[in-house]
Amino acid sequence: MRQIAIYGKGGIGKSTTTQNTVAGLAYLGKKVMIVGCDPKADSTRLILHAKVQNTVMDLVREKGTVEDLELEDVMKIGYGETKCVESGGPEPGVGCAGRGVITAINFLEENGAYTDDLDFVFYDVLGDVVCGGFAMPIREGKAEEIYIVCSGEMMAMYAANNIAKGILKYASSGKVRLAGLICNARKTDKEFELVSALAAKLSTQMIHFVPRDNQVQRAEMRRMTVIEYSPEHPQAQEYRTLAEKILNNKMLVVPTPLEMEELEDLLMEYGIMEAEDESIVGVVEAAAA
Amino acid sequence: MSDKIRKIEGITKESTQAMIDDALSVYPEKARKKRAPHLAPNDAASGCASVKSNKKTVPGVMSARGCAYAGAKGVVWGPIRDMVHVSHGPVGCGWYSWGTRRNMMSGTTGVDNFAMQFTSDFQEKDIVYGGDKKLKTLLAEAHDLFPLAKGISVLSECPVGLIGDDINSVAKQSAKELDIPIIPCNCEGFRGVSQSLGHHISNDTIRDYIIGTREFAEPESPYDIALIGEYNIGGDAWSTKPLLEECGLNVKSVWTGDGELEKIAATHTVKLNVIHCYRSMNYMCKVMEEKFGIPWIELNFFGPTKIRESLRALAELFDDNIKAKVEAVIAKYDPIMQAIVDEYKPRLDGKTVMLLVGGLRPRHTIGAYEDLGMDCVGSGYEFAHTDDYDRTAPEMPDATVVYDDPSEYEFEKFADALKPDLIGSGIKEKYVFQKMGIPFRQMHSWDYSGPYHGYKGFEVFARDIDMAINSPTWKLVKSPF
Repeated sequence: MRQIAIYGKGGIGKSTTTQNTVAGLAYLGKKVMIVGCDPKADSTRLILHAKVQNTVMDLVREKGTVEDLELEDVMKIGYGETKCVESGGPEPGVGCAGRGVITAINFLEENGAYTDDLDFVFYDVLGDVVCGGFAMPIREGKAEEIYIVCSGEMMAMYAANNIAKGILKYASSGKVRLAGLICNARKTDKEFELVSALAAKLSTQMIHFVPRDNQVQRAEMRRMTVIEYSPEHPQAQEYRTLAEKILNNKMLVVPTPLEMEELEDLLMEYGIMEAEDESIVGVVEAAAA
Repeated sequence: MSDKIRKIEGITKESTQAMIDDALSVYPEKARKKRAPHLAPNDAASGCASVKSNKKTVPGVMSARGCAYAGAKGVVWGPIRDMVHVSHGPVGCGWYSWGTRRNMMSGTTGVDNFAMQFTSDFQEKDIVYGGDKKLKTLLAEAHDLFPLAKGISVLSECPVGLIGDDINSVAKQSAKELDIPIIPCNCEGFRGVSQSLGHHISNDTIRDYIIGTREFAEPESPYDIALIGEYNIGGDAWSTKPLLEECGLNVKSVWTGDGELEKIAATHTVKLNVIHCYRSMNYMCKVMEEKFGIPWIELNFFGPTKIRESLRALAELFDDNIKAKVEAVIAKYDPIMQAIVDEYKPRLDGKTVMLLVGGLRPRHTIGAYEDLGMDCVGSGYEFAHTDDYDRTAPEMPDATVVYDDPSEYEFEKFADALKPDLIGSGIKEKYVFQKMGIPFRQMHSWDYSGPYHGYKGFEVFARDIDMAINSPTWKLVKSPF
C-alpha cells in the first residue's frame, strides 16, 4: 500500500486533481481510498456524485463520542470501488480543525480502514501545513510520498516552496519524501518552464503538466471526474497519464527549498516578477510626486 | 520583622554556599548555570532577596509547581462558596482541584454553598467544533439546577486557549439571559511559569467583573475592614475573623475563604484592607488603593509573637477605642499562649525545620516555629516573586539556605546536609522525607488539620508540630541516610 498526501495552495485545484488522478488509478484497476483532510469536506464529491459526504467528525458530534462510530457510517464506496472518507470539522473561526484530522485518522486506523487490498491511500489536505493536525497525514507510518499541486502563478509557487520547507522538517526525522510537483495549469506565461525550473530547484520533478480545459468544469457540474464523465476526452487521458506516472514514480527526494531571494530571482528570470526598485520602498505618494 | 540578625550555630555563608555548590555539581552545565541564581545563603542584613525567582522551571528537574488554572481554581475562585465554579475543559482539572486545598466552607450545599464539581467535560467533538455551545447549555442548566447560586465563574483549562473558545462572549451573553453574574477567567494552565499567574489573572478578573458591583446593606462605619488573602484552610478564617471582630473591627468580607460573591463585590466601601497572603492578592489591594483610596496592611497571624505585632500595627491605624480593645485582646490571650508555649517548648526547643511552600508560608510561619523554640534552617517557595524574597530575608536566620522552585533533588540534598528535625512542605514531598526518617507536616493543607491562623490556630499548630517531631514512630524507622 502506498500512501500519498496532496498539498498545495488553497484554491489551486487539489481536490479536483486528486479525485481525477484517483479515478485514473481506479481506471487502471487499482484499489484506492481517499481521506479528505479538510473541514470543507469536498475531497470525495466527484467520486461519490454526492453534494457532501457524512464526515467522521460530524458523526462524532451527532453520536457523542468517536467510540460510538462504525466504519460503515463514514466510509462510502464510489467510482471504481474507490473508498471515500472525509474527516470533516468545524466551520471557520471555531474549534480546532487540525484535531479533527487527527481524530479522524486515528479512528480509521483503529477501525481497520487500512485494509491490505488497498493499493493507494490518498490524503487530500487543506491548503498548508498550518498546524500539527494538518501534518498528521505525513507522520510516521502514514503518507511517505507528497505531491504538491501548483501553477505558474507567483503565490502558488511561494506556497509550494513553503510546503517543501514543511516536508523538509518531517523528512529529516522520518521517511516522508517529496515525489513531485503537479502543475495544474492556469495558462500563465512560460508556465511549463517555470514550474519545471522550480521543481529542479527543489530537487524534484514536475511529474505532469495538466493543461487547463473546461471539460473539468463540465464534469464537476455533474459531480463527476472527467474520467468517468467523458473517458474518451483528451483531458481524461491527461489524468490517466498522471495516474500512470504516479504509479511508476520512483523519484522520492528530500526537498531543497529555496530561500526567499532565490525564489524571487527565479520568478524574475522568467519575467513573472519585476526587479524591486528599492528607492520607492516606504515613500508616500505625495513625497514621490 | 525581627530586630536583630539571628545566627544558627554551624551555619555560615561559606558552609551554605558549599552545600549549594555540592547540590549543583551533578547538573549539566546549562542547568547548573540556570539553577545557581535560584539558590543562595540568606543575607539577613540586606533585607533583600538573595535569589532569582518567578522564572521558567528548568526542564528535567522535578518542580513542585502548579499551573495558572490551579492558581485560579484552587486558590482564588474555589473558596467562594455561593458561586458555581465551572472548570471549562476536560474533566480531570476540575476533579483534581475539587476541595483538595481544604478551604473550608459554611452553608448548606445547593442553597448557599456550591462546593461541587462542575465541568464541561470536553470530548473530542468539543475540541474540534469548539466548546462554546456546550458552555452556554451548561450555564443555563447550572442556573436551572441551582437558582440560588449568586454567580458562575468559568475557568478555562488548557484546550480552551488552544482552540480559541470565546468564553468571554458566551459569559456576557448568558449573564444577560440568566440575569446573574457570569465571570470568564482566561486562566489556561500553560500560561506563565507557575500558579502565580493564575492568581494574578483571577485578581484582574475580580477587578474587571466584580469589584464595585454591589453595596453592603448596613451603613458604613469607620471600623469596616476586609480580610484579603485568607482562604480558610482548615478553618483559618474562622479563627482570624472572630479575632479581628474581638478587636472591635467589622470584617465585612473575606477574600476568598468561605467567601460570598456579593460581599466581595462590595469590598470597595471598606476603610482598610488587611492582607494575609500577599503573593496571591496584593494585586487587588493595589487596585482598591488606587481606585477607591483604600489603604492596606500586611499582617501575620502565625504564632503569638507575630499576632501581637500584627494587632498592634493594625491598632495604629485606628482610634484609641480600637487600640484599647487590641491591648485587651492581647492581654487576654497572652497567658493562654504562654501556657501552650510552656507545654510544648520543652519538647521542641532547639529543633530545626526546613520549609518549601507556595508564596507566603515559607516566611510567615517562621515566627510560629520560633515561638516554640525552633529554628528555620532553610526556606523557599514554589512560586514567589522578588518582593516575597525581600520580605523573607529579615525573617530567616542569617546565612541559612534560600531556595526558589527547588528540584526534589536539591531539596533532598539540602535536607540530607542539614538534617532538620521537621520538614514542612506539600503532599508531593511528604512521603519522600518520611521515608528518609524525617518528620513531616504538609503545609499547604495543614495536613488534614487546622486552623493554624490566629490564637486558636496556634494551639493546633503547636500540638501538630510536637506530634510530628516527637512521635515514637520515628524510633522505629531506620533511615537509610
